[in-house]
Amino acid sequence: MNVGVIVFPGSNCDHDCRHVFQDVLGQSVRMIWHKEMSLTGIDAVILPGGFSYGDYLRTGAIARFSPVMGAVKTFAKDGGAVIGICNGFQILLEAGLLPGAMLRNKSLHFICKDVHVKVENAATAFTEACESGQVLKIPVAHADGNYYTDPVTLAAMQANAQIVLRYCTPEGKVTPEANPNGSLDNIAGIINPEGNVLGMMPHPERCAEEILGNQDGKLIFQSLLKAMKVKV
Amino acid sequence: MSLVITKELIAQHNLTDDEFKKIVEILGREPNLTELGMFSVMWSEHCSYKSSRVHLKKLPTTGPRVIQGPGENAGVVDIGDGLCVVFKMESHNHPSFIEPYQGAATGVGGILRDVFTMGARPIALLDSLRFGGLDTAKNRHIVKGVVAGIAGYGNCMGVPTVGGEVVFNDIYSLNPLVNAFCLGVAQKDKIFLGTAAGVGNPVIYFGSKTGRDGIHGATMASDSFDDQSEKKRPTVQVGDPFQEKLLLEACLELMAGNLLVGIQDMGAAGLTSSSCEMASRAGNGIDLDLTHVPRREPGMTPYELMLSESQERMLMVAKAGKEEECIRICKKWDLDVAVVGKVTGDGILRVFDQDKVVAEIPAKSLADDGPRYERPFSPPGYQDMLTNLNYDALSDVKDANAALLALLESPTIASKRWVYEQYDHMVRTNTMVRPGSDAAVVRIKGTNKAVAMTVDCNSRYCLLNPYEGARLAVAEAARNLACSGAEPIGLTDCLNFGNPERPDIMWQFVMAIEGMKDACEHFKIPIVSGNVSFYNETNGLSIYPTPMLGMVGLIESADKTMTQWFRDDGDDIILLGATREDLGGSEYLKVQHSREQGSPPYLNLETEQAVQTCVLQLIRTGLIQSAHDCSDGGVAVALAECCMSGPDQTRGAVVRLTPGRQRTDSMLFGESQSRIIVSAKPAQRQTVLAQAQQLGVPAAVVGAVGGASLVIYLGDERSTTKTIDLPVATIADRWGFSLERRLSQE
Amino acid sequence: MKAKIHVTLKQGILDPQGKAIEHALDSLGFKNAANVRVGKYMEVDVQETDKAKADAQVKQMCEKLLANTIIEEYRYELV
Repeated sequence: MNVGVIVFPGSNCDHDCRHVFQDVLGQSVRMIWHKEMSLTGIDAVILPGGFSYGDYLRTGAIARFSPVMGAVKTFAKDGGAVIGICNGFQILLEAGLLPGAMLRNKSLHFICKDVHVKVENAATAFTEACESGQVLKIPVAHADGNYYTDPVTLAAMQANAQIVLRYCTPEGKVTPEANPNGSLDNIAGIINPEGNVLGMMPHPERCAEEILGNQDGKLIFQSLLKAMKVKV
Repeated sequence: MSLVITKELIAQHNLTDDEFKKIVEILGREPNLTELGMFSVMWSEHCSYKSSRVHLKKLPTTGPRVIQGPGENAGVVDIGDGLCVVFKMESHNHPSFIEPYQGAATGVGGILRDVFTMGARPIALLDSLRFGGLDTAKNRHIVKGVVAGIAGYGNCMGVPTVGGEVVFNDIYSLNPLVNAFCLGVAQKDKIFLGTAAGVGNPVIYFGSKTGRDGIHGATMASDSFDDQSEKKRPTVQVGDPFQEKLLLEACLELMAGNLLVGIQDMGAAGLTSSSCEMASRAGNGIDLDLTHVPRREPGMTPYELMLSESQERMLMVAKAGKEEECIRICKKWDLDVAVVGKVTGDGILRVFDQDKVVAEIPAKSLADDGPRYERPFSPPGYQDMLTNLNYDALSDVKDANAALLALLESPTIASKRWVYEQYDHMVRTNTMVRPGSDAAVVRIKGTNKAVAMTVDCNSRYCLLNPYEGARLAVAEAARNLACSGAEPIGLTDCLNFGNPERPDIMWQFVMAIEGMKDACEHFKIPIVSGNVSFYNETNGLSIYPTPMLGMVGLIESADKTMTQWFRDDGDDIILLGATREDLGGSEYLKVQHSREQGSPPYLNLETEQAVQTCVLQLIRTGLIQSAHDCSDGGVAVALAECCMSGPDQTRGAVVRLTPGRQRTDSMLFGESQSRIIVSAKPAQRQTVLAQAQQLGVPAAVVGAVGGASLVIYLGDERSTTKTIDLPVATIADRWGFSLERRLSQE
Repeated sequence: MKAKIHVTLKQGILDPQGKAIEHALDSLGFKNAANVRVGKYMEVDVQETDKAKADAQVKQMCEKLLANTIIEEYRYELV
């Protein structure tokens, strides 16, 4: 599989995403500078974490106007698989590829720690290697991960099973205490109605190797490979 | 520039009459204002090390692995596989008091630039912080600002802050310390130095534009504080981590392209220091034309342009003919870039503005010929009063449970989770051991190796005996690395002291250097980079001497990495090393008796070395499950930490300690050195004890992991009194949330 | 012309920064302070002499980039 990792000025998890796909999963990876206009030959697109344009106006607000985003939109419209992680998720929201917006964390602090998320929909291209209801331990690292959307959109997402990951306790209970940032409905990750665009705040690329003591994140990427019918 | 150089003007520039005379001698004339400014920053304590240099020379700086020792932007040490680590620690104390967020943020920015200027990609940051107690709103404001500033900069850069230490003591209320450490990895044959070699080569400015920020930051850092210091706010620089991230990527791309001769960041003293230091190292001169320097504000004078400390700027010397390629790369990363001069052969730093020469100084005079002082030193009159402590007058502990809880809640010992959760400590996916163990460990991708890092200094020990305190700091840092499975390969220091013009402060400094020297020579650890921060003093009150150490260790096989927490119920708990009567200078005396007195713990370097060799051997042979060094709060606190610091789950422990003649408090909370708590499967017990015996290290099975409480019996089997008996849930809560609770006071 | 633009979170959307400041004001003794909302203030020089045209441009800037209208509202004045 040819994975395209988009590099915005200020992206800082781009190398980490390349490392997982290339060195851990053996796929070919192309780093795509944000000024490129074409995604020819790419099978899946990753919008990595970081602080695109310093996040100085709003997270993701400036990156959505990067030249490459036009190609990403077309790619997504044509059914191509897109994953936005952390800042990548924020960019997808600003670009309108996913519904909603991010607010500052309830604590007002940047927060970096392991959290638990429950796989609420295991029938997606990004979760099919997981069991339904499975609890994954994945780290978060963000200051603006407090997901918000209006009640109508939320109801629609709930009805369409678009909420893929929700913050939960290690035992799998979705409680306010397990919510690290104040996200509406404990939302940690969502997909678009068509099911080919995923945005998630936790960083699966940070827990996909034995040497780092946790491989739960690998399941997200293995799901994608499975969906794309790639032999690993 | 027809301004007359008056006595007042010279004094305002923190230059002495003798220093001014020397300047006139060098130039053969009176300097103009721009030149006076340039001399004043380059000859400031901060840039010239004029009070410390004669002593720093005594430190060991070489070794088989050392590729670059002190004198460059950072030190470089070989780790094999064609790779090296590049690291340094630097202070940003004064700016962090005046404006905590920006002061700390730009401190991080500066140390990152020092490392990537050498051609290394930064992969880890650590921070050593000293604050006043958390009972005043002002101190809490400083803590919150500094932590947010470090987070704001490091997180945005995508360099993980993997560890550090935070100590609270009211002596730091008006002089907090912010010492930032950074480590990067580079190809051994691709190290870049700050040198302006090759006459005719172009000198290129790139990065941010120049504004009026921080003019005279370097002289501010060389001056004591008074009540007016908060009014000096305009001299604090503002950091732009996004710009620095672009600068980092641009630098690494420039360096990959075989385009550069030398490169240096514009840190303290900005354009002046970078140009004269690069020229001086190569024995050359530079013609610098200010006309082309990118500016943020109109109307800036040559004085301001040469002295500005605007952040995120670099100066490079390119190979002739490669200007266009350099400019293209800088523009790709949206950086300002301009050719501002060329290398000359006459050794003169000549500054032009619109075809007019505005400064003309021999580069070497500015960079290297600053004054050197052998300042007088003598121990302070109060030293004996500090060390003489009559222990008989202090009652032994009555309620050991309460004493242990008080220690665990003391901010210095309490969990620093509130701090490190604000730092991205996992980005770059190398972090094997996260903050909260004895040392942080990051793997080196593409190899089987890992690097361990720790920052340490017990400044109370240094106050009571600066020589011993410095030795103890080296020993503790090395011990922390050993507990992680790493062998020390190099050291960087950040020497924070008061006013060196005072003989008692100078004495602390000289003694600390001697202590570091003796310990480093014994352990064969070279000091490859460092920084001195004097004048940490307000209204005559000086900080405790704080020679902060950042030590780096190598783990040849990353799978042999160790952590401090207990793993499985039923494991043996084994104490390596002997417990002496060592209450002097302990956190316990401070918390329970409000005393910061006595002699610091006894340290024998041979014994220390044997204990470290022993734990390393146990880790490498896979015999043990955990290893944790006993430091602040003694064996009781160390055991509690082993129980509750694990990432997923806490463990209980039942332990029996058998005192000789020691007091109970000394047995539990004394800070005897060269002690490590390890845990091992009972099946390995005999082998572990035999290995220790072979190395002459005292070792005893003192208990077992298990249960829901930490229980400590004192005395032989006949004694059935539980001196300590606390549910792990209780100690974990008190220790884990203490900082958060204190900081949330209004 | 200069546009002076204010962007704040919409009424009804939790403003954690505003809440924290309100709390701090209260503890400093400003008992009458309520409903603190934190926002951004931006100044933009618009090279345009026709007020209606400038107005239309600034409105577009706000809609497109300066505010995220899912969570934020904006207002501006032209001087």
